[in-house]
Amino acid sequence: MRNRIVVSIQAIGHRTIDSIWRLGVASRFFVWVLLKSTTSFLRFGLVVREIYFVGVLSLIIILVSGLFVGMVLGLQGYETLQKYGSESAVGTLVALSLVRELGPVMAALLFASRAGSAITAEIGLMKATNQLAAMGMMAVDPIARVVAPRFWAGVISMPFLAAMFSVMGVFGGYLVTVVFIGVDNGSFWSQMQNAVDFRYDIVNGVIKSCFFGVAVTAIAVFEGFDAPPTAEGVSGATTRTVVTSSLVILGLDFVLTSFMFRGVS
Amino acid sequence: MSRTVMDFWVGLFVMAGIGALLILGLKVGNLTSYNAGEVYNLTGNFENIGGLKIRAPVKSAGVVVGRVLDIQYSLETHDAIVTMGVSSSYQFPKDTFASILTSGLLGEQYIGLSPGGDAVMLADGDKIMKTNSAMVLEEMIGRFLFDKASEN
Amino acid sequence: MTDNLIEIKNLAFSYGTRPILNNVNMAMSRGKVIAVMGGSGSGKTTLLRLIGGEIKPSGGHVKVADQIVHHLSRDELFKLRRKMGMLFQFGALFTDISVFDNVAFQIREHTTLPESMVRDLVLMKLQAVGLRGAHHLMPAELSGGMARRVALARSIALDPMLVMYDEPFTGLDPISLSVIGNLIRRLTDALGMISIVVTHDVQESLKIVDYVYFLADGVIAAQGTPQEVKNSVAPFVHQFVHGEEDGPVPFHYPAQSYQKDLALENFVA
Repeated sequence: MRNRIVVSIQAIGHRTIDSIWRLGVASRFFVWVLLKSTTSFLRFGLVVREIYFVGVLSLIIILVSGLFVGMVLGLQGYETLQKYGSESAVGTLVALSLVRELGPVMAALLFASRAGSAITAEIGLMKATNQLAAMGMMAVDPIARVVAPRFWAGVISMPFLAAMFSVMGVFGGYLVTVVFIGVDNGSFWSQMQNAVDFRYDIVNGVIKSCFFGVAVTAIAVFEGFDAPPTAEGVSGATTRTVVTSSLVILGLDFVLTSFMFRGVS
Repeated sequence: MSRTVMDFWVGLFVMAGIGALLILGLKVGNLTSYNAGEVYNLTGNFENIGGLKIRAPVKSAGVVVGRVLDIQYSLETHDAIVTMGVSSSYQFPKDTFASILTSGLLGEQYIGLSPGGDAVMLADGDKIMKTNSAMVLEEMIGRFLFDKASEN
Repeated sequence: MTDNLIEIKNLAFSYGTRPILNNVNMAMSRGKVIAVMGGSGSGKTTLLRLIGGEIKPSGGHVKVADQIVHHLSRDELFKLRRKMGMLFQFGALFTDISVFDNVAFQIREHTTLPESMVRDLVLMKLQAVGLRGAHHLMPAELSGGMARRVALARSIALDPMLVMYDEPFTGLDPISLSVIGNLIRRLTDALGMISIVVTHDVQESLKIVDYVYFLADGVIAAQGTPQEVKNSVAPFVHQFVHGEEDGPVPFHYPAQSYQKDLALENFVA
């Protein structure tokens, strides 16, 4: 009995030490990526190529999801607001929820599962098939040549994707409430514009999405680079990318929100 | 995929992203009415500000002329000091009346400025002397009941 | 001795407390194809990684072109690696770019040659491995043997002085196998480089190499020219060359006695 208690305490300790150690490895890797980013900016073509893969190819899912999320928000918002006779405030509701929270968060979650997993799988497979080692033997640093451009492409793409998600969402809300239900067009936009502040709402939303972009791509490239060079290793790393980055996005969102919107309505 | 095709799509992507940010700023947000040039500060003491918040609009004749910048509690007069940033393109006479009003029954509260007839205009840092506090529902009901009682 | 491009002295390496290589001595000179043979897990690949400077030895040194590899700074090491090529098992081609771009990769990364010159160089290297016509294909469209020939063309893109081959014959049909073997021989002679071939394939490699080292348990168990090796009576070499199941390299992984494992030591039949 006593032995089992000791063993389970040991197991807790082992896991704790392991995860802290891994966090340390990840942070060191992150610093390396930043230090070796000069190539990415001197040869920006490398980053442009990756923006195509992580940004342009994520567009469809981002735009379509944004549209539907906005439509649902419009519908639900209208249902609730019309009980109080203030259905013209539905524009405010849709725009504020999207710009402050749903745009950055949903776009980042979709980005993690669409582009983050692809980055992890690609880097993991390059490692498993010795492509990274081959690059190293050709005197080309794989972190500078493979990892850093993908990282920066993700960081650059994320705010754009989040903004497009929000715009599509507002358009979806407009479609449902103004075009289909018949809320007044003028008050839809004017109430929205009165309530949405450029500095406090939009800029904060963009700042959030920048943080999410850094977090998701940093996790994705680390998991890929750190993946055991086997089929199970790569698939496990891909899953971990999606799970870890989703949790980090939501946690980070809470932290950022509490810093940004404290004290202002 | 050839390099030029990829460049084209990435170019489109970046343009669409910047376009989306612009739409957010101009169409969804209030970038057009925000930071319209220089502002000057006015203060006013209110007995009760009700639910007034920082960044609430300051309107005159229904037109947004500025925003509430700061709300402080005054220890000397035991009331609220509200600082407003008013766009320099709008000038108001010295005897302007500032009241805290509500847009609609349940809407947000804002400051309404009703200009007086004085020839001297308010300048930066000036204090609006004539203020009218926010309506508080309980006080209104109380006054209504009191009036009813005195009628009978 | 000084004309030896590569000199390995008392080289030792261990993972933690597990020794992989111990007291390995080798010397190689230009224009030679050298085979390093040994059973699986005998430290052959580790040897290549030590020469390439990927890992640091725990004792002794590797000297390439009069430079001790593990004393070099990162920049110096990368400079040295430009003169080295490595052919990985299964080729390790970059799967997202075409055959042409694969071969051109190193030239573009390390030189500022105009694109027309890059094109000529790449086509020359591809011609050398007989795949000039396949330059527009993607790696996924190549057979195993072709992929390895492309990888060979890629590793000699900058005319290295040393090319290492990590099991270049694995998983190839007999025709592709002798094509690769002959290519290694021909390119080594033509470029005057050193080829170090790590392999299990005794018959093919004995046809093309100049010298053979046998590694077993991290030490050089035997060495010699192909002729000496074929005629060797040393039990290890004999077992390896003729592919016998049991011998100095045991069939069984070290274990406690079979009887004990099955809890039969007290069993009296």
